[in-house]
Amino acid sequence: MRGQESLDVAKGRRVHVTGFLTSAFTAIRHEAYAHGIQCNINLKMQFMLLFSRQGKLRLQKWYVPLSDTQKKKISREVIQMVLARKPKMCSFLEWRDLKIVYKRYASLYFCCAVEDQENELITLEIIHRYVELLDKYFGSVCELDIIFNFEKAYYILDEFILGGEAQETSKKNVLKAIEQADMMQEEAEAPRSVLEEIGLT
Amino acid sequence: MPAPIRLRELIRTIRTARTQAEEREMIQKECAAIRSSFREEDNTYRCRNVAKLLYMHMLGYPAHFGQLECLKLIASQKFTDKRIGYLGAMLLLDERQDVHLLMTNCIKNDLNHSTQYVQGLSLCTLGCMGSSEMCRDLAGEVEKLLKTSNSYLRKKAALCAVHVIRKVPELMEMFLPATKNLLSEKNHGVLHTSVVLLTEMCERSPDMLSHFRKLVPQLVRILKNLIMSGYSPEHDVSGISDPFLQVRILRLLRILGKGDDDSSEAMNDILAQVATNTETSKNVGNAILYETVLTIMDIKSESGLRVLAINILGRFLLNNDKNIRYVALTSLLKTVQTDHNAVQRHRSTIVDCLKDLDVSIKRRAMELSFALVNGNNIRGMMKELLYFLDSCDPDFKADCASGIFLAAEKYAPSKRWHIDTIMRVLTTAGSYVRDDSVPNLIQLITNSVEMHAYTVQRLYKALLDDISQQPLVQVASWCIGEYGDLLVSGQCEEEEPIQVSEDEVLDVLEGLLVSNLSTPVTRAYSLTAIMKLSTRFSSVNRIKKVVSIYGSSIDVELQQRAVEYNALFKKYDHMRPALLERMPIMEKTASNGPTDIVQTNGETDSTILDTKHLPNITQPASQANDLLDLLGGNDVVPVIQTTVPTKPASAGGELLDLLGDLSLTGGPTPTPAPSVPMSQPSFLLDGLTSQPLFNDIAAVIPPMTAYNKNGLKIEFTFERSNPNPNIAVITIHATNSSEADMTEFVFQAAVPKTFQLQLLSPSSNVVPALNQGSVTQVIRVLNPQKQQLRMRIKLTYTHKGSPVQDLAEVNNFPPQSWQ
Repeated sequence: MRGQESLDVAKGRRVHVTGFLTSAFTAIRHEAYAHGIQCNINLKMQFMLLFSRQGKLRLQKWYVPLSDTQKKKISREVIQMVLARKPKMCSFLEWRDLKIVYKRYASLYFCCAVEDQENELITLEIIHRYVELLDKYFGSVCELDIIFNFEKAYYILDEFILGGEAQETSKKNVLKAIEQADMMQEEAEAPRSVLEEIGLT
Repeated sequence: MPAPIRLRELIRTIRTARTQAEEREMIQKECAAIRSSFREEDNTYRCRNVAKLLYMHMLGYPAHFGQLECLKLIASQKFTDKRIGYLGAMLLLDERQDVHLLMTNCIKNDLNHSTQYVQGLSLCTLGCMGSSEMCRDLAGEVEKLLKTSNSYLRKKAALCAVHVIRKVPELMEMFLPATKNLLSEKNHGVLHTSVVLLTEMCERSPDMLSHFRKLVPQLVRILKNLIMSGYSPEHDVSGISDPFLQVRILRLLRILGKGDDDSSEAMNDILAQVATNTETSKNVGNAILYETVLTIMDIKSESGLRVLAINILGRFLLNNDKNIRYVALTSLLKTVQTDHNAVQRHRSTIVDCLKDLDVSIKRRAMELSFALVNGNNIRGMMKELLYFLDSCDPDFKADCASGIFLAAEKYAPSKRWHIDTIMRVLTTAGSYVRDDSVPNLIQLITNSVEMHAYTVQRLYKALLDDISQQPLVQVASWCIGEYGDLLVSGQCEEEEPIQVSEDEVLDVLEGLLVSNLSTPVTRAYSLTAIMKLSTRFSSVNRIKKVVSIYGSSIDVELQQRAVEYNALFKKYDHMRPALLERMPIMEKTASNGPTDIVQTNGETDSTILDTKHLPNITQPASQANDLLDLLGGNDVVPVIQTTVPTKPASAGGELLDLLGDLSLTGGPTPTPAPSVPMSQPSFLLDGLTSQPLFNDIAAVIPPMTAYNKNGLKIEFTFERSNPNPNIAVITIHATNSSEADMTEFVFQAAVPKTFQLQLLSPSSNVVPALNQGSVTQVIRVLNPQKQQLRMRIKLTYTHKGSPVQDLAEVNNFPPQSWQ
């Protein structure tokens, strides 16, 4: 299932991403059929991308193991596809055997790739919840906040979503956890940096 | 050494770069600094350096030299280090990397850390990208954490367990005990992740599924509480309480209720409640409704509930929000098979969606429209679909055209409508039509006997406009070849007949041959069409010239055809009429198209003319093999008449009752047969002699006169078929010695049951007066038992204005013809 496409970066051989993803799905589906059940394997979210209107990547979270080259190729394709969409079109795109759910907030596109059977409308809600969290944390978040504080954006995402699934449905709890973790970080940092700056160590 | 620059500083600097080259330079400089800092094993700034590295990695630059540093950060005691370390691990250290496994020990330690946020970090990393080996090693720890009372950790452990199960399905069993009281949690986070875990287990194992069915009442209760409870600020989204949890519960209910009556029964009420009470003004409400509809359709719900679900989808279709419409069309496509009538009610809305601007919506609307077409709505739907075909993107055209053909074939209200529809598709989307449509269309056209004149006229007009669309051109040239005589005679009933001369038609066909737009296949079609017209048109010389030119064509296919046609003109001219006769109705079989030859014609030298290249002489096998005794005890077998030039072809396989009314469609019905008792074979006409009237030098078997009366003489000449000695090929020659022509001449024959007979089309149906010409027709008789050949013949014709009909028995066959 994994590692079927060996990437040879040095020789620059083309990598077949679809083959990988589809064969991953097929392998799992075959497993399920072997058990005799017909089910939609919910691998849920495959990846989430944030990018600007010029196509610059601001955040990329991958929930499936892929090589760097594969990731780059997929990102490029998806970004191109989404940027080509006209404003009046619906938020869902079929791409290979995945569905791309995207929404634009100001200058940033938030884009999730979900498995075909997924409820697209609730994915939109997930995206919206993440934006709300960012907004609450940064106070009227804008693209620059995410650029300069990308690691924080990741921390917030990782408190909200784990392995492609939402782990906490309460906005308050997510933000509280982040706050406390931030405080822990500051407590660890604070004494040292002050002394260092004074030059006493 | 100065402290490495801060992360924000670096970001700011890089953003000032005005060109890609400038940026690359800055990045390379910084990378070098970072690398030397790593080499110095600087603990203080490792965290900062890795953070910068991660930023550069996001810009697309390589960062693999930071992998080990991430490991070191994870192993550090400082929380800041761990935070960046784990982030770096998730970005740089996925399972494809060699050093991935080195994380295992660190993660294991951190899973047991005293600080829950550290535990949280490690759970998150494991749950996002742990490899199967890692999962195997650490599953025990995860299972322990699944039983903790700390809800912060419990929810993460649940999702981590989901990941472990996905990677190593065999480990599913070990999490079973821990799931016992997961649903009694109050904490929504834990509830949500528990439902995800249960869903995953149920989907992977039927045993788990049956085990967890008992949870249905509990799930129903939780869902009910969510809906009925008042406003809860913590989980509220636009007035709805925790929609994420509601959706996941609905999904789990779907899996549990599928195929199980009791469970489905238990959830009927709550589903109805959710369906009716959910606020639909915002997307979140619709998301829940959508999930509810999916659940209702999948479980064994009562019909009222199903209708409710379809109606919800119908309302979705009218929603202004495109996303909702998209979702509705997708679900309707899934349900159209099972709840067809309910979906039909929303047909007009679906058809409107064809005009939507969004590509995904259009595609779904098209698929759904095809699913909804039936005999009642075919006219209206086809109008919309044809309009759609005109205006849609090229990617759609092929699918749309195929769909239209299928629908038209199934539900066409009339032949004329069917032909019109096909014409419309060919002219608007002709180049997108699939290759296999051409033979199907040809077969269809042949079957619509009364529409031949109309069809060929319309196709001819279409050709005049546009010869670029190959499928259209191929079908048109085939039809012109077949029905060219109808075209020039201006016989169209359905619309205003056009005046076109033979030369004009030949101009068009020759134009196809030379045009650059024509593919080799099209050229072959037009050459054959031209050849066929040699029996239907009078300008044979022109045709001969064209055919001989292509005898030296570079295209091997064309050359071979032309050479063979030439041979037909020169050596086998007497066979030409029979070979190029009108095609009979083709039986639609799965594989046979008009280009498949089922049976060769009765030429003696079948090797000279390779019948594969003359598609117009197909004789469906069914005709020859059909043996039905219509007359009970009588051993005379009615024969199947093949088509006569001016009369429309009778349907293939139709049997003619020789002794009853002859029902040739469209032709004048002859007077009823004389009432001859058919219980015993009786000679109706005596005095038939079998003396040969002339010696056929070439034939080994002497010819015979089968009938000679009232000026009409019919002679049989014989040939034995070489490949099959049981087949005798009889050519009849009908001559007329009276002063008036015999028109509408039809020759029919019947043989005893032990024989099989095949009658090919005659050369014409006018026997000119005063022996100025003859009508020839070929009969093939299969005589496997080598019995004495006997035949009963029936002749009908119009002579001097009055119809004449006669029956005769032919018994005096020369022995060589059947021994």
